[in-house]
Amino acid sequence: MAGPAVPTPPSGPAPWRNPRVRAVAFQVVALVLVLWVFWTIFQNTLTNMESRGITTGFGFLDNTAGFGILFSLIPYDETNTYGRTFVVGILNTLLVSGLGILFATIIGFILGVARLSPNWLIAKMALVYIEITRNVPLLLQIFFWYFAVLRTLPGPRQSLEFPFSAFLNNRGLYAPSPNLEPAFWAVAITFGLAIAGAVVLVRWAKRRQDATGRRFPAWSVSLAAVVGLPLLVFWLAGSPLTWDLPALQGFNFRGGVRLIPEFIALWLALTLYTAGFIGEIVRSGIQSVSKGQTEASQALGLRPGQTLRLIVIPQAMRVIIPPLTSQYLNLTKNSSLATAIGYPDLVSVFMGTTLNQTGQAVEIVAMTMAVYLTISLSISFLMNLYNRAVALKER
Amino acid sequence: MAHSDPPSSDTGFRPIPPQPPPVTVVGPVRWVRDNLLSSPLNIALTALGLYLLWLVVPPLIDWGILTADFVGSSRDDCTSGGACWVFIATRLDFFVYGFYPDAERWRVDVMFAMLAGFLVPQFLPGVSARVRKWLGIFGLTVYPVISGVLLLGGVFGLEAVETGKWGGLMLTLVLSYVGIVAALPIGILLALGRRSHMPIIRTICVLFIELWRGVPLISVLFMASVMLPLFLPEGVNFDKLLRALIGIVMFQSAYMAEVIRGGLQGLPKGQYEAASALGLGYWRATGLIILPQALKMVIPGIVNTFIALFKDTTLVLIIGLFDILGTVQASIVDPAWGRVAIEGYIFAAFCFWVFCFGMSRYSQGLEKKLHTGH
Repeated sequence: MAGPAVPTPPSGPAPWRNPRVRAVAFQVVALVLVLWVFWTIFQNTLTNMESRGITTGFGFLDNTAGFGILFSLIPYDETNTYGRTFVVGILNTLLVSGLGILFATIIGFILGVARLSPNWLIAKMALVYIEITRNVPLLLQIFFWYFAVLRTLPGPRQSLEFPFSAFLNNRGLYAPSPNLEPAFWAVAITFGLAIAGAVVLVRWAKRRQDATGRRFPAWSVSLAAVVGLPLLVFWLAGSPLTWDLPALQGFNFRGGVRLIPEFIALWLALTLYTAGFIGEIVRSGIQSVSKGQTEASQALGLRPGQTLRLIVIPQAMRVIIPPLTSQYLNLTKNSSLATAIGYPDLVSVFMGTTLNQTGQAVEIVAMTMAVYLTISLSISFLMNLYNRAVALKER
Repeated sequence: MAHSDPPSSDTGFRPIPPQPPPVTVVGPVRWVRDNLLSSPLNIALTALGLYLLWLVVPPLIDWGILTADFVGSSRDDCTSGGACWVFIATRLDFFVYGFYPDAERWRVDVMFAMLAGFLVPQFLPGVSARVRKWLGIFGLTVYPVISGVLLLGGVFGLEAVETGKWGGLMLTLVLSYVGIVAALPIGILLALGRRSHMPIIRTICVLFIELWRGVPLISVLFMASVMLPLFLPEGVNFDKLLRALIGIVMFQSAYMAEVIRGGLQGLPKGQYEAASALGLGYWRATGLIILPQALKMVIPGIVNTFIALFKDTTLVLIIGLFDILGTVQASIVDPAWGRVAIEGYIFAAFCFWVFCFGMSRYSQGLEKKLHTGH
């Protein structure tokens, strides 16, 4: 192009064609829109609550609840406040999700290994189990355990009897509860010290092996210490532990600890349902480790147990951890299905009964959601820490 | 010599015909030895497995088939002590149509037939890709409208049926179908927003997605049924089904967004750059280059999300709608039938299992088919 025909060269596209200007305008419009929606909702809520005579604020938490709760980890009765129902609900949710996560992980890992077993029968049985539990809704499984199994059990007088004085009937599972005498603290403290000592020992053994190549049987020594020392102290202190056995008195059981059927049904269904998913995750994790890894470790002379512990599992864990985390989150959120059978978890107690009694919908829903968000974020955080430890260290 | 004649008989050499391999190295015996009895541990496991099967399977067959009652019309026909399938047979209409008026049930049947009409060809091998595509588009756009008009009624001389009467399998299908059809476009927009370079848009999308994904569906449904009426101006009132649908769609679109984001992230950067190099603007690049590839990659993930949604629709019974599980639950407490809880749950479980297992097999097949890498 020869000679500038246009006196003033274009300084860029027109404002409405400039991507930057458009981006800013677009975002401002979106922000205004979102704010407007929130403002409208806020205004409507205020007017609606006013017309229904609901006062806003968290003052209701100090009022007396006046309803009983079926099952609580902390002392609770009808004279306690709504605030305390909130705590009871959180603890019950944490209890059932914690136990669910623990047992689902154990059963899930067994299922995952069974799926890959060279034994055809075991592999197929694991497959059938997984395909059934994964493809039937969780709520249906909870109903099945609660209404079709536990509620149809015989009454206390015809209880099913299990070893160690445990009894199962339509009022729940009665099991012996431990009575801890003061001297038992010595055993607990020894146990804690033994674990701390074992951690130090294992670290020292690893450092020494890295430095000198000499091995030390750290794991077996630690195991002996963690199991043996508390037992020794227990014996020395004169067995400071007695069991409170449940016994039939009249029409019901006295003593021991009672697990209500609502809890058992929810816990069982959550565990068995999630275990199916975890089983598939574990299977795909193990399969993701290429066969060459196993062969190479055998070529190096590692024993099968060592191959599994040092080569296969660390690599499989990298694949397993992220989906496992989301299964833990799912299990925790699914524990809210408790409300369908009346196990007093957070949703059932707080979002159900307390909300119905007080009508403080906004505050209660916000608090409940905040609790679940906090639990979800904490589980993600912990699992991310663990994931960072096992993740591939790229240099 | 390779092609010499066989040695004549006078040389005295006669090849012995090959012996069949020993029975222990081929066939079923070998298979059993390899797969069931290869080591002492495996022998023990096989014994354990057989014992478990023996504990579970014969009583189940006995209860469910041999001593079960199949024909009849009331509890009195269930006398043999086994399963009472009569209960399922007499209540089947309720499980499928809920409280939908008898005279209008043909409308639900038409909806089912149309659903099968465009879904089945998707799985048949002989159908051309174009037909499949148009049937798919029909299913995602026209079909929901026609079904809505048919089921609701009130126009074209159809008698209006209020949503409170919907129930059973039909309600489950309505909830999950509307859930997926509405969640897909919202999820696409959210996923694009989350990948956007504009900070405010990205923040809004991230907050929306993480908020819904962090809370249980049941609290979302509670919120939809308790709080939604508070949010709306006075005089505006949604019915229960619509509120549940809004909750489900919000919840599901957040999950859908994360699945689609996976597809967007899996696309090589060169695709984006090539699209800009061709002079395509954002929307055209996204619509013509990015989304078709990204969506194709995550079809299995979308199907899995749909399976989860399908199972989650059972939760609506907690806010008082009657899906399949709701109708079963309502029927088994009927004192006229006595103890039929197990039969009812097995029937409901079977319905869900057939749908979910079919879909998961389909998604696994797709995964294999779409896996064009190495």
